[in-house]
Amino acid sequence: MSHYEVKAGPEAYLPPAAASMGNVLPDPGQAHIGGVIVPEEEAYEFAARKFLEAKVPTIFPGPLVLWKWNEHAAEKAKAIRELANELPMRLIPMADYRPKYPKIDAAVEINPNHPNLTIWHNKIDVCIFVGVHCHQANLALKIIRGGTDCYTMAMCAQAGHEDACLSFRDATPEKIRKLTAAVKKLKSEGVKSQAEEFTQIKMTREGRVT
Amino acid sequence: MCEDLADIMPPEYQELVATATFGNQDRGWKDIGSSKELIEQHSLCAGCPESIAFRYILASLPAPEDTVFVGSTGCTSLVFPHVAVQNIHSLFGNQNAIASGLKRTLASRFPGVEKDVVVLAGDGATVDIGLDMTMQSWFRQEKFTTICFDNELYANTGGQESGLMQKGFVAKMAPKGKNFDKVRLAEIAREAGCAYVAVLTVSKPNRVEQAIKNAVLVAREVGPTFVQLYTPCILEIGKQSMEGLDEMKDAESIGGRFVQKEFITDEAQKLLDSIKEETKARKKAAKEKKSVNA
Repeated sequence: MSHYEVKAGPEAYLPPAAASMGNVLPDPGQAHIGGVIVPEEEAYEFAARKFLEAKVPTIFPGPLVLWKWNEHAAEKAKAIRELANELPMRLIPMADYRPKYPKIDAAVEINPNHPNLTIWHNKIDVCIFVGVHCHQANLALKIIRGGTDCYTMAMCAQAGHEDACLSFRDATPEKIRKLTAAVKKLKSEGVKSQAEEFTQIKMTREGRVT
Repeated sequence: MCEDLADIMPPEYQELVATATFGNQDRGWKDIGSSKELIEQHSLCAGCPESIAFRYILASLPAPEDTVFVGSTGCTSLVFPHVAVQNIHSLFGNQNAIASGLKRTLASRFPGVEKDVVVLAGDGATVDIGLDMTMQSWFRQEKFTTICFDNELYANTGGQESGLMQKGFVAKMAPKGKNFDKVRLAEIAREAGCAYVAVLTVSKPNRVEQAIKNAVLVAREVGPTFVQLYTPCILEIGKQSMEGLDEMKDAESIGGRFVQKEFITDEAQKLLDSIKEETKARKKAAKEKKSVNA
């Protein structure tokens, strides 16, 4: 079977599952870039470069890091905020998996049933999923590759995602911070972020503040 | 919520954390309107009694944060994706089999934490297609609650005859009228081993709250429980959106099909009495403490 490259879409209405095309998940200590297994260190730099060259780099934190299930989740959330501040990157939450018809506000949230709406609305060109349960992340990653040209990454706490353009596995706060460190390193070497000016979302119980 | 990301959470989630009644052991239907409800929206028809039944049930669960619903195919399955309580959609009819495995697994996975499993399905799933699984779970004394939304026909698919349809009723897809009596599911549940059985409409929220609380609490300690709620399909019986409440009131009046009834085993009654006493004592102590502080 020839290699199936998992690249940014639009692939088609229903892209094939990368696993069905022969792509396999990385082993511990590895990641994959476009379906090719690479050492994790290589993927940190590649991902950092992708973030820096993006116009609208965005983190999609999921329920596993938004809700304080335990101190580990809180620590991951802290690491995610550090990564977002370093670039800077937009933070758009996936708080749960309810379909929320018809009122989802694509400017400030994303759900796995219609992730393309949020990508289109905000013109997101590079994104990373963190803390989204695997079955929902797989669904969202496929929809994004099917209908948008966004480059997708996954910081997975389990075994990784074949359907992301780039995937890490066994995510921990330390690994998220390694990614932040890779961004810092490139910036110190003179690589400038191409991100457009934006103001981070800020919400209260009454509504959006910024 | 994690503090570092709390300020990006949409308002509805912040509201849920601030005012929903998770962890409040006295939560009930009276919280509706003053706290964040666990049902954000629904996709049922306007005026559907099922939607109000959902609101009362979700407001009455003793511990929604530790509850998992098991649903089945039907109108109810259109609502579950919207609720803020864990839920599983099963295949049409096997909901009680799924719930049996789930209850046992949760007991093994979370020893020392009371995890409630509640099946919520329509009459087709409970009585026709799933009757085998429903009854077998009762025979096995599985400790979870089964709630049946009884609308007396297959509403979602256009009005076919169901086992709980009343005799002689003519529906869109049952033009000759039903030849047999409505299945007496409450009596079957009692004989099959349910420790607590209730039949009622959802016209009175306090009654629904009490039945749901009784059913869940008895299921924790004693054995299987069953609640049959009349939630008429206003479309399929030719009513207007605002006529659902009247239909339920008619059905529960003297001589009606849904006059409220309960079957409670001695063991379950003893448990409910002790819970009542405990609640009374706790509220009295809280009141006294409040007056001392004042």
